[in-house]
Amino acid sequence: MSKLILIQIVWCVVQDIIDGVYVNFGIGFFEMVVQFQFFGCQVIFYIENGIFGFGEVLVFGIEDWDLINVGKKVVMIKLGMVFFYYVDSFVMVCGGYLDVVILGVYQVVQNGDLVNWFIGFKGVFVVGGVMDLVYGVKCVVVIIDYVIKDGKFKLLEVCILLLIGVGCVMCVYILFVVVDIQDGYFVLCEKLFSLFLDEL
Amino acid sequence: MDKMFFDLVIVVVGIEDGMMVMIGGFGGLGGLMELIYVLIDCYLVMGYFKNLMVVNNNVGNGYVGFVVLIEQGMVVKLICFFLCFVDLCVFIEVYQVGKIEFELVLQGMLVECICVGGVGILVFYIFISYGIDLVNGKKVEEFDGCFYVQECWLKVDYVLVKVDCGDWLGNLIYCMVVCNFGFVMCMVVVMIIVQVLVVVEFGSIDLEVVVMFGIFVQGIVEVVNFVQEEQLNCVNVCYLEVVE
Repeated sequence: MSKLILIQIVWCVVQDIIDGVYVNFGIGFFEMVVQFQFFGCQVIFYIENGIFGFGEVLVFGIEDWDLINVGKKVVMIKLGMVFFYYVDSFVMVCGGYLDVVILGVYQVVQNGDLVNWFIGFKGVFVVGGVMDLVYGVKCVVVIIDYVIKDGKFKLLEVCILLLIGVGCVMCVYILFVVVDIQDGYFVLCEKLFSLFLDEL
Repeated sequence: MDKMFFDLVIVVVGIEDGMMVMIGGFGGLGGLMELIYVLIDCYLVMGYFKNLMVVNNNVGNGYVGFVVLIEQGMVVKLICFFLCFVDLCVFIEVYQVGKIEFELVLQGMLVECICVGGVGILVFYIFISYGIDLVNGKKVEEFDGCFYVQECWLKVDYVLVKVDCGDWLGNLIYCMVVCNFGFVMCMVVVMIIVQVLVVVEFGSIDLEVVVMFGIFVQGIVEVVNFVQEEQLNCVNVCYLEVVE
């Protein structure tokens, strides 16, 4: 079965983002989102440790450790960049000012619940920092593969793990399909051209 | 009215065993390694500063910086909201033998708890986190048809923060994103110790750019050569090597 690679799926997500929205994203490959800025579509990226409108992650070069993203990577200075404080940061998140958040999660349930933590390392909770985001942000977009490494499915009918967000996910980008969540069901929106429906 | 201290040891001398200490910084960003190491040195030499309760962004990374406090067994309770970093081994070791009590709080909620603690609001209700398992056992109330979780303020005794520039009255400026928690943490308690890169004359900071006002700040200490946690972690050093 053919699949998109990560950078392609990120590109797909950015294409669906409309002009003038404020976007937050998770740690890891989501940082590639910043690379794609389409003509006539200005998206402002927000990161909760206090930067608006930052640039790409610096791999080599002159590093300034006072300017990092939540993934602890040094980012580039960009024209029109703004700094703010944590209090303001969470006013933006909890107050519902942010438009889109792009996340990777552990599991998604068909009523929109999401699971993003698991008990690993012998009893210690391993948690991402998305819990506030999924409550406050208007649109939660999720990018996942369809199975976890041990073979369990990521899209579920009933949640078996500890929930962190209730009824918040609106759109799921899987590596070969795009699924919307409408009225408690997964609804297929887009699929790869080479993929047949019975294969799904 | 000079709030400057010239010795790192004297500035932390007011901290007592069992106190609740809030440490600023977002990992290495705004992480005040020098002040933390003074606490550790005092502990190793004289036995002060044990059984601390600490509020911090995360549990520390690698083998330097904040994580050494945990490693040396000075922390009995840790309140933080992020765990998911690469190098967690020190914390896991200590946690497994039951030497540390650990409480996980939502990031935005922790900020709010700190904030209302500063103003003096004891209890507040918040819609975030309703329905998830992390807040099981907390009181839930209904207002206008929506459910809200009851949260309490967070009161601490001491706050340690790192800033970029300040005058000797305690008016401070942060550098870029270093400010993250500094601002909110400084408003909570009366005892705040600030580790400053450059101390300037009173009046030489531009009036409009002062971020933190001197009224909140009680002690300033100048540390000229900051060490960056990430850079030390890259070369895999541990606490003792830094001291030497």
